[in-house]
Amino acid sequence: MIDTEALSCQELVELVTDYLEGALDERDLRAFETHLAGCDGCTEYLDQMRTTMRVVGTLTPNDLTQAAETALLQAFRDWKRSTS
Amino acid sequence: MTLTDDELVDALRAGDEEAYAAIVREWHSGLLRVARIFTPTRSVADEVVQETWLRVLGALDRFEGRSSLKTWVFRILVNTAKTRAQRESRSIPFSALHDPSRVPEAAVDPDRFLADDHPHHPGGWESPPRELPEDRLIAGETREVIERAIEALPASQRAVISLRDVEGWSSEEVRNALDLSEVNQRVLLHRARGRVRQALETYLNPEPA
Repeated sequence: MIDTEALSCQELVELVTDYLEGALDERDLRAFETHLAGCDGCTEYLDQMRTTMRVVGTLTPNDLTQAAETALLQAFRDWKRSTS
Repeated sequence: MTLTDDELVDALRAGDEEAYAAIVREWHSGLLRVARIFTPTRSVADEVVQETWLRVLGALDRFEGRSSLKTWVFRILVNTAKTRAQRESRSIPFSALHDPSRVPEAAVDPDRFLADDHPHHPGGWESPPRELPEDRLIAGETREVIERAIEALPASQRAVISLRDVEGWSSEEVRNALDLSEVNQRVLLHRARGRVRQALETYLNPEPA
């Protein structure tokens, strides 16, 4: 059975990031984990937030284009010349 | 790269092009993502990144090491981007970046929970999260859905989730680069991840619950 008096599902989902970031105080952490232990819906939700982070992490960072890199290196050489 | 900040700064001041090229490449993606908070298009963001490096080189002699070099470079980027946006009189609500709590937003649609006065389970799931099948998560189309979901986020949320989850930065690095409080960084991250999760759930379960 879910202990609905401590923390509702609707409240729990708003604490998921605090939980994952280790930002819950001891009392909230206990309420969070107690609720989770008895609630399939919230366990699934937490799981999906972890999945979301993992899948977002597979996206490719924006690579530097060759043209931009050439321009930035040229800027460095110009700077070097102006300071020496 | 294994250079310490001090060694890196010394190398740059000494005109070490390899050291410079290494950080230009390593930080580029993050710089571009932060620039996009303040700029309307990718091409303006590209220009802001270019201008940032010119300013960094010009100010290198004045770098005192009170913050990390990376934080310092990102601060210069933010200033450059803001100046640029002001010059083009585009009204980007900078304040929204610093006080996300002014606009309350639920991570999950409130309609998916039972009412607060429900006799047995107030605030419990009425429509629990639907499955995210693993085999479809890794499909190319799903990644496009995620890219689009991130693109559709408010700029500050987009920046935080991009830096944390795409670029793999720590919370501290993000807070320093964007000058965010710990709480605001977390609120922005929470909303961003909540929206992307919802986009995934909706895409992978096209039938209404």
